[in-house]
Amino acid sequence: MTDRAKTAGPSATSSFIGRHWAALFLVLEVIVFCIVADGFFTLHTFQLVFIAGIPLFLLAVAETFVIITGGIDLSVGFIFGFGTVVSAKLIVAFQGLGLGDAEAILVGCLATLLIGIIPGYVNGWLVARLRVPPFIATYSMLSVSYGISEILVEGSQAGNLPYLATVVGTSYFAYFIPGRGLSFFSHERVTRGTDVISILPVMVVVVFVIILIFAFVLRNTRFGQHTYAIGGSSDAAVRSGISVKWHLERVYMISSFLATLAGILYTLQYAEGKADAGASYLLDSIVAVVIGGASLYGGVGTIGGTLIGALLLSVLETGLRVLGLPNFTIYVTVGVILIVAVLVDQFLPERTDSYR
Amino acid sequence: MGYLLEVKNIVKRFGGLVAVDNVSLGVNPGEVVALLGDNGAGKSTLIKVISGVHSPEEGEILFDGKRVTIETPMDALSMGIETIYQDLALAENLNVYSNIFLGREITKKFAGFIPVLDHNYMHSEAQKVLDTLVIKIPSLRARIKSLSGGQRQAVAISRSLYWKARLLIMDEPTAALGVAQQSQVLELVESLKHRGIGIILISHTMFDVFKVADRIVVLRRGQKVADKKRSDTTPDEIVSYIVGADSVQ
Amino acid sequence: MSNENPYPTASLERPTAVSVLARNWALAFLILLFVVFSITGRGFFSLANFRNVFYQPTTFIFLAAAETFVIITGGIDLSVGFVMGLSSVMAASIMQTLAASGIPVAETLIVGSAVGLAISLIPGLVSGVLIARFRVPPFIATLGMWGITNGITLAICQGFPVTGVPNAAVNLGNGYLAYGFPGKQLTMFAWPAGVVDTQARQLIRIFPNALLLWILVILVLWLILNRTRFGQHTFAIGGNMEAAKRAGINVQRHLITIYVLSSFLAGLAGVYNVFQSGVGNFTPFYASYELFAIAAVVIGGASLMGGKGSLFGSVVGVLMLGVLENGLSISGVPSFYRFIAVGVILVFAVVIDQLFPDLF
Repeated sequence: MTDRAKTAGPSATSSFIGRHWAALFLVLEVIVFCIVADGFFTLHTFQLVFIAGIPLFLLAVAETFVIITGGIDLSVGFIFGFGTVVSAKLIVAFQGLGLGDAEAILVGCLATLLIGIIPGYVNGWLVARLRVPPFIATYSMLSVSYGISEILVEGSQAGNLPYLATVVGTSYFAYFIPGRGLSFFSHERVTRGTDVISILPVMVVVVFVIILIFAFVLRNTRFGQHTYAIGGSSDAAVRSGISVKWHLERVYMISSFLATLAGILYTLQYAEGKADAGASYLLDSIVAVVIGGASLYGGVGTIGGTLIGALLLSVLETGLRVLGLPNFTIYVTVGVILIVAVLVDQFLPERTDSYR
Repeated sequence: MGYLLEVKNIVKRFGGLVAVDNVSLGVNPGEVVALLGDNGAGKSTLIKVISGVHSPEEGEILFDGKRVTIETPMDALSMGIETIYQDLALAENLNVYSNIFLGREITKKFAGFIPVLDHNYMHSEAQKVLDTLVIKIPSLRARIKSLSGGQRQAVAISRSLYWKARLLIMDEPTAALGVAQQSQVLELVESLKHRGIGIILISHTMFDVFKVADRIVVLRRGQKVADKKRSDTTPDEIVSYIVGADSVQ
Repeated sequence: MSNENPYPTASLERPTAVSVLARNWALAFLILLFVVFSITGRGFFSLANFRNVFYQPTTFIFLAAAETFVIITGGIDLSVGFVMGLSSVMAASIMQTLAASGIPVAETLIVGSAVGLAISLIPGLVSGVLIARFRVPPFIATLGMWGITNGITLAICQGFPVTGVPNAAVNLGNGYLAYGFPGKQLTMFAWPAGVVDTQARQLIRIFPNALLLWILVILVLWLILNRTRFGQHTFAIGGNMEAAKRAGINVQRHLITIYVLSSFLAGLAGVYNVFQSGVGNFTPFYASYELFAIAAVVIGGASLMGGKGSLFGSVVGVLMLGVLENGLSISGVPSFYRFIAVGVILVFAVVIDQLFPDLF
């Protein structure tokens, strides 16, 4: 613990760039795609970025909480899948029990949310009470939830959902039909070929409200403060009387709750339950969190930063798709971006605390 | 005047090892008791018993003359027993006032019912406490990471002061500090005495001990081998108690 | 210092039955599984199944060996699964091209394998440099390579397994060291002259090539890890990197070498994969081979904190997981239960490790 003398700091500009490089990169990215990709600069594509990004946003927020405490949750992708399977199955089951479509969907989703907290509780219990390293505990959960999901769907997919489900999942707040005006939540039937401009997907709004709530909790409540404290020094937290074990359990429960929610929304969008639907999101969500400024060692990170990271990836993937580039380019690019993000963090000390 | 804190016949075992063997000691308000002993003597364990991290197998603890049970760190904290560990137990990623209020954050109601952190209040209260200390910290919004060793000690001590500590346990407070900062911290300890706070000081530095301690207690292999007023003893004698020269035939 | 450890280690205690069992629990569990499955599964304890148990997992043994070195240094390598895919696809592509150009089989196989192995060095080099020189956390560096190698692999094979590999490869990969036929002389690597398919049942097969391969490789690796300075330094770095640095060990160079070794072994797994299956397989991204390998290593007694681990343990870990899957499927249990079993066992392994910290 030596005295830290303040060295001559970098200029205000480079300091600004250093601190906000992800946001600046995002803006740059959007501009580049607008110029280079035909059809990118449309309302439809912009909204697509958000719709396609829903699972990523939720999973990245989930990971943010866990990573701030210094842990990691590898199971989010497959709890997502678990969420799709359970919600699909439950909705159909409740229909079978005689509930109407809307009720079945509502009850099915709520029940799934409650069930989805359980894997998180188990994760937290293993990490906090049995002192299993988060990597191992959540990898096991990944494996277990994948197994359970596949068993539930007997190896294929869960389907047969009522039509209402997809309506809920794909509806927008407003529709504008040129010549016929604006309507809300639904639009009158139109003949094929009529232009219908959809504005503001409902799902996206719901997701953002939820994320805002969690961001508020993280930033402004005792719970959030303690989350950072545990990540910074779990010793300090314990000795300050914070119940670290209880807290960690809650954090992992939040993670699996959000992952399950993402799964439910998938079911509502695609009307199917698929055990491995979320497999590719794990890497992306961690990348988003790291780009957003969190440190894998814990104690640092914000949901705002994570969202910028997630948007960065979502714009990238949408843009590359619009350009018609194959999937492998995306993999390579994401991998490169991840490494660049970390290197940038290293060389711009204003951003985060240094890695050990 | 009765003891502020008294521990009687404390025994603490870990498996087959007896870490604290029938130790009794007392601390008066406004008194500094130095707790000395070689590695493994039981000092850390004893203070962890007092601060609620461990529960003793035998013995009793009295505070203000009344029997108390301390089973968790929170029990000790609520009685006014604060411990400043060698690593200070500060969260480096949080700022000064957040650390002072860690675990006991003050909240205000948002929209009537949601409890939110009251940063302004915590900041101003922290400022008040820190102003009474010798060591200065320019900005309370600075993260602990950027503070010097002496400043960190000041933060840790402020935390205890704010929560109206009545007994302060300090584990090697001057270790890893430069000379100038060491004397600042010792000044702090002296000023705490004047506030009527009882202090248990663990230290290996004989200079510190003989500067601020009123009484000196030595542990060896879990047992208390000396309990003397500072004026009744010398550094050499204390060393011989620590290493056991007095028991050599 | 007032940092006395209140939990003195019991490493000098007399070994009790429980502690010995716990120490080698993975091996004991493996034997237990053998016994259980011999009873519950018809055909488990047969020579044919022997193949499935002992040398089908060859690729995983290599992956686990790769992770063993990395994990002992306190790091992790998430890219091994995809490096394996890259090597597999690369080797097969070269073999396909060479075979189609009429190059003799032996050269085709050798050159293809060499290229597959050579290319596997690159991801490890990149990861190693990022980790050692630029202090990128291993998790991130190898996660990045995970994505990048996967992308490159898919670019090469366009999402399809690479065919056109000479049959000799499969024969070698699934073949035996020696074959005997009543009345004929023993031959190496190939069937005795004149033996036809219908007589295959009377063929005496001695020592599978795959088994030979991995035993040899593990033996060499074991020697490196436990009998050389390099191995010693590996443990040292994992135990206390600062101390290792100050003892004069060139930690940066060592770490780079470790990650290159790791991806080389993954490359070996990939090249062998071509010999085993006859095609170049890209690794599907949900396959989680690296996590399987890491699980095996942890089950085998390594600590994710570094400084502890053993190749023997990792092999036991792979075999145990393999036997678990194999035995479950032979006993008629649907395959997805394997996932659950792996998850539970892994947690179990770690908890046991906490209770008895001196495993292996």
